[in-house]
Amino acid sequence: MLYDITIDGKNYRLELERSEGRWRCYLDGSELQVDAVLARPDVLSILIGGKAYEIKRERVANDTHLWVGSLRYAVDVRDPRSLRSRRAGLSSDEGPKRLLASMPGKVVRVLLRETASVEAGQGVLVVEAMKMQNEIRSPKKGIVQKIVADEGTAVNAGDLLAIIE
Amino acid sequence: MFKKILIANRGEIAVRVIRACRELGIASVAVYSDVDRASLHVRKADEAYHLGRAAAAESYLNIEKILEAAKASGAEAIHPGYGFLSENPVFARACAEARLKFIGPPASAMQMMGSKTHAREQMAKAGLPIVPGTSRPLQSPEEAHEVAASIGYPIMLKAAAGGGGKGMRLVHEPAELNSALQSATSEAQRAFGDGSVYIEKAILNPRHIEMQVLADEQGHTVYLGERECSLQRRHQKVLEEAPSPIVDIEMRRRMGEVAVRVAQAAGYTNAGTVEFLVDPKKNFYFLEMNTRLQVEHPVTELVTGLDLVHLQIRIAAGEKLAFTQDDVRIRGHAIECRIYAEDPDNNYLPSPGKITLLLAPSGPGIRRDSGMYEGWTVPIDYDPLLAKLIGYGTDREQAISRLVRALNEYFVGGIKTNISLFRRILQDEDFQRGRVDTSFLDRLLGSPGSGFQERDSQIAAIAAGVFAHLDAGSASTNGRSHTPTTESFSTWKKLARLEILKESSQ
Repeated sequence: MLYDITIDGKNYRLELERSEGRWRCYLDGSELQVDAVLARPDVLSILIGGKAYEIKRERVANDTHLWVGSLRYAVDVRDPRSLRSRRAGLSSDEGPKRLLASMPGKVVRVLLRETASVEAGQGVLVVEAMKMQNEIRSPKKGIVQKIVADEGTAVNAGDLLAIIE
Repeated sequence: MFKKILIANRGEIAVRVIRACRELGIASVAVYSDVDRASLHVRKADEAYHLGRAAAAESYLNIEKILEAAKASGAEAIHPGYGFLSENPVFARACAEARLKFIGPPASAMQMMGSKTHAREQMAKAGLPIVPGTSRPLQSPEEAHEVAASIGYPIMLKAAAGGGGKGMRLVHEPAELNSALQSATSEAQRAFGDGSVYIEKAILNPRHIEMQVLADEQGHTVYLGERECSLQRRHQKVLEEAPSPIVDIEMRRRMGEVAVRVAQAAGYTNAGTVEFLVDPKKNFYFLEMNTRLQVEHPVTELVTGLDLVHLQIRIAAGEKLAFTQDDVRIRGHAIECRIYAEDPDNNYLPSPGKITLLLAPSGPGIRRDSGMYEGWTVPIDYDPLLAKLIGYGTDREQAISRLVRALNEYFVGGIKTNISLFRRILQDEDFQRGRVDTSFLDRLLGSPGSGFQERDSQIAAIAAGVFAHLDAGSASTNGRSHTPTTESFSTWKKLARLEILKESSQ
């Protein structure tokens, strides 16, 4: 299998085959001696050229990070043969903007009504979790087209809260 | 001694107090809200009573419900932990009226320390060092100019009713004073419904050092050494240590004696903490007194060898302190990391949710006070503190290296935590040299992370591929990856014995 892998913004190409319990591994073309054992779900014991590492996988919502010891790396794995698009929503000031919850919590205040005009940077809703309030601001000047999450709604990180036209 | 104690709290501190009760042979009573039925403190206690809905006002702040639970359970005393009702004099009085012993100071001491200006006034009267300035609200801009000129710029304007940085302004020179006064007053008015503002001399980049005190009900008060608490973010402590890298024996004695006088001036009993601001020349000033057990009490326990919760309970039960000031010795060094459910990718915003995997460190010099477990869902309703990881060593260097080692072993899956932050702190050169102040953490987080290491990044890339591969073909992975290693020691022993037999028969 061929993988395109990004670790904290740095790209690697990894070729990985497994037969009869042995791994064949090429990282950016150079071969490495790799032995890997899944100690438990999301915990990998890995030997690379005789050096031992324990790698932990953190998966929260759409984010994946790998921990090498207590260093934490953002990870993105792609199959170069598939043309699956990267994360949707290329940023641009054109078109409607979706306001998403940046943390799980509860909508405690809706500051603007639908059809109200909004300035760039102006607060639209307030989400609260763990005694902390987070104001969700409009990324652009426009009009509040829709408030999706009303006051009192419980939301998860990444949930749609409102749309700015 | 009490036979039964109710713990009016949740999370790691409730577990901490329940453990002390068990050690002392006292039955423990937990209380819980709707979302805490499965929480660790309910699992650990001998008895548990439901309080109400998740909102703190209907559960952990609901005095009536808590007193009902105490009555129903037959508890004789209440330990309030920290936060919630722990510094509420109304609760302390309600306990007394219900003939329940409140494990903490008298309500009058809490009341005195509850108001910043009142506490300042009382301490100034007692001749204790407070940050120079006024203790009463300013009457006019002219008075502000006069006071500011007499104590010298820069100065700080603070709201009398204040807290959390609201109504606070740093003023560098007289020209800025009028507008700062105006904005501080209106901000205080909006935030607290009281626009009173007072002046303090600004101490730039101070350290925040606090002194643990302990007083029995027979009039003996001792200090148990300081804690360095300068590493803060949004007025929230992140890492604490004892002793402070800058406090020597002489300074400890002077600070300790002031702290004891503060406690005595307030008529204080039980465990308490006197907070000081310390300027770069090591002058220290009384800031406030926390009238409860602190989150960071374990670092003091490790360097003094005393159990503060045992002592709190013994004092409340009427026992005399069994030691004097001269018996108190500081030995070794301890550092505490507060593990929060916070998202390091998103400005450390809260990150509640279900814990899918928990790998917990242990080993020499490591203490872990935790309120979480694998499979538990961290509720959105309370403080994000999950656990405290404390490292102890014969000196600061060893405490740091043990913590770095333990942090490598620590992992919480399913939610995000601030664990990765501590490696940055502990390996920072300024931190290692003990050069910290209250702006250290913002500076560290503002500088580009030096965490990226080419070698580890390659390892991560390989691991990412292996994970993807295993995910894709989990049906074909029952080869080596799932072979359990259940070789028992007795087999090894048998082999070794056989070897010995062979040798001896030759």
